[in-house]
Amino acid sequence: MSTVTAPRREDVRQAQAAESDRTKSENRLGLRLVAPAVVFMLLVTAWPMLQALYLSLFRYRLTAPDDREFVGIANYTTVLTDRLFWLDTWNTVLIMVVTVAVELVIGFAFAMVMHRIVFARGVIRTSILIPYGIITVVSAFAWQFAFSLNNGFVNNWLPFVDENFNWFGDHWPAMFAIMVSEIWKTTPFMALLLLAGLSQVSEDMLEAAKVDGATWWQRLWKVILPNMRAAIMVAVLFRALDAYRIFDNIFVMTKGAQETESASFLTYRQVIEQVQLGLGSALSVLLFLSVLLIAWLIVKLFKVDLAQARGEG
Amino acid sequence: MNQKTSVGTWIGFVLILGWCLLPVVWIISLSFKSAEETAAGSPQFLPKDFTLQNYADILANEDFLLALRNSFGIAAIATVLAVIFATLAAYAIARLEFRGKRVVLSMALAIAMFPVVSLVGPLFDMWRTFGLFNTWPGLIIPYMTFTLPLAIWTLSAFFREIPWEMEQAAQVDGATSWQAFRKVIVPLAAPGVFTAAILTFFFAWNEFVLAISLTSTTGSRTVPAQLSFFVGPDPFNPPYGQLATASVVVTVPIIVIVLLFQRRIVAGLTSGAVKG
Repeated sequence: MSTVTAPRREDVRQAQAAESDRTKSENRLGLRLVAPAVVFMLLVTAWPMLQALYLSLFRYRLTAPDDREFVGIANYTTVLTDRLFWLDTWNTVLIMVVTVAVELVIGFAFAMVMHRIVFARGVIRTSILIPYGIITVVSAFAWQFAFSLNNGFVNNWLPFVDENFNWFGDHWPAMFAIMVSEIWKTTPFMALLLLAGLSQVSEDMLEAAKVDGATWWQRLWKVILPNMRAAIMVAVLFRALDAYRIFDNIFVMTKGAQETESASFLTYRQVIEQVQLGLGSALSVLLFLSVLLIAWLIVKLFKVDLAQARGEG
Repeated sequence: MNQKTSVGTWIGFVLILGWCLLPVVWIISLSFKSAEETAAGSPQFLPKDFTLQNYADILANEDFLLALRNSFGIAAIATVLAVIFATLAAYAIARLEFRGKRVVLSMALAIAMFPVVSLVGPLFDMWRTFGLFNTWPGLIIPYMTFTLPLAIWTLSAFFREIPWEMEQAAQVDGATSWQAFRKVIVPLAAPGVFTAAILTFFFAWNEFVLAISLTSTTGSRTVPAQLSFFVGPDPFNPPYGQLATASVVVTVPIIVIVLLFQRRIVAGLTSGAVKG
């Protein structure tokens, strides 16, 4: 027996040495494989962001590069005390809240239909991907032309709208047209994410609720929605951050006229059109911080809900 | 009860189709309206006189054709590069244990949420210094980077599902390790890689902010940027028909891809949300 135990201990030691060798080499291989992706991600996002942070402390206009001067936080105070900055931020927040809320309701209805449907699944899946795939600029043109005074069908189709009504002549109608184009394009994405969440809800639980006499409404609020909270959170988070970056539709549809400018549009105008790199960089940093804040708020909001749900249960 | 739901589902089906297709049908209809008709004002949905003139004009438009070539070239190269790097990274994340795995995944997630506009200024400055402004690589590099996160997440979710033991099983049966990899793993991994490629291509085909900020001539301007600068001879009267036609032309490739690969695109889009 003793002759057997000795080699065994030897085996274990060897195995351990081999194990740590393997861990080391796996570690090395892993790092080597992710390196190219990481290098590019740092090069194109982290480095420019640090540069924006640095440039935002200077007065720096590209047309007068010799005038570059360290001004500390002056650019930030300029921006934060400017009416236009707050107006554009308000527009962006409004577009984000309204579009995401509308999309959540319509997207959920679409997801319910797609979940139920047994015929023509391919047809519906293909159609729902078309708005997702179409270039935003193209969708913006389609809607701009649809709302156009002379060449659009909207005034003709809506009975309560005057034939000569100019949608782009005033702030609220223009904002409405922009939101319609945004909602049209991105609702399908929301619907797909919600459909994925819906398929995670167990049929057994729904059946049990039905047997217990729960109404359709009760089943929706007590069984379906709580069970797909994670999918809803992901959908809301992604869409909200995406909506906060809104730029293409506004650029095409109004060019920011009628005070429809968004925060992204303001940043673009400062940097590219006015080549105010210092002031524009301050706006870039603020835009980045707002996105972080929104992400944090949404995660926080849904966590609170989760805790409440657990408390009730 | 059953009867009622099926009627509701039918109505829903028609509503979804109408929602998705109305603007597409509208822009196609507009592309067949003549310049005279839109100049005079044409508030009805369908064209009065059906004409192909817009298609002839747009296909003879040098600037548009250049933009189309740029879009195809830039999107294709960005897609290939992004998919190669993302495959390497996703393989490592799905199959290997190494330090920094979480860091890579959270970094990718952070970048996916990044407001692209906030990078426009510094990139504009950097690209001018490096001579990348208004060049193909000047757009390929950022496009590749911004699609890496989605590609890495999609692919690593996908690779986690692959039964890697099959590779060893094949080797036991006498295959060399290269044969085992090529004959067993590659066919299993291909659909995921392909899905990541389609999503990357969509992004590069669609991107607008960088396209108008980092280019200045038709030498590298892509279709979305070119469309937005497309004013025609009379700046107060945009060429509705031609813009609509150009829109139809750039939408066709997307619709073809969607028709062919809808199942994979849906799987790719939702894999992150469900498997997280």
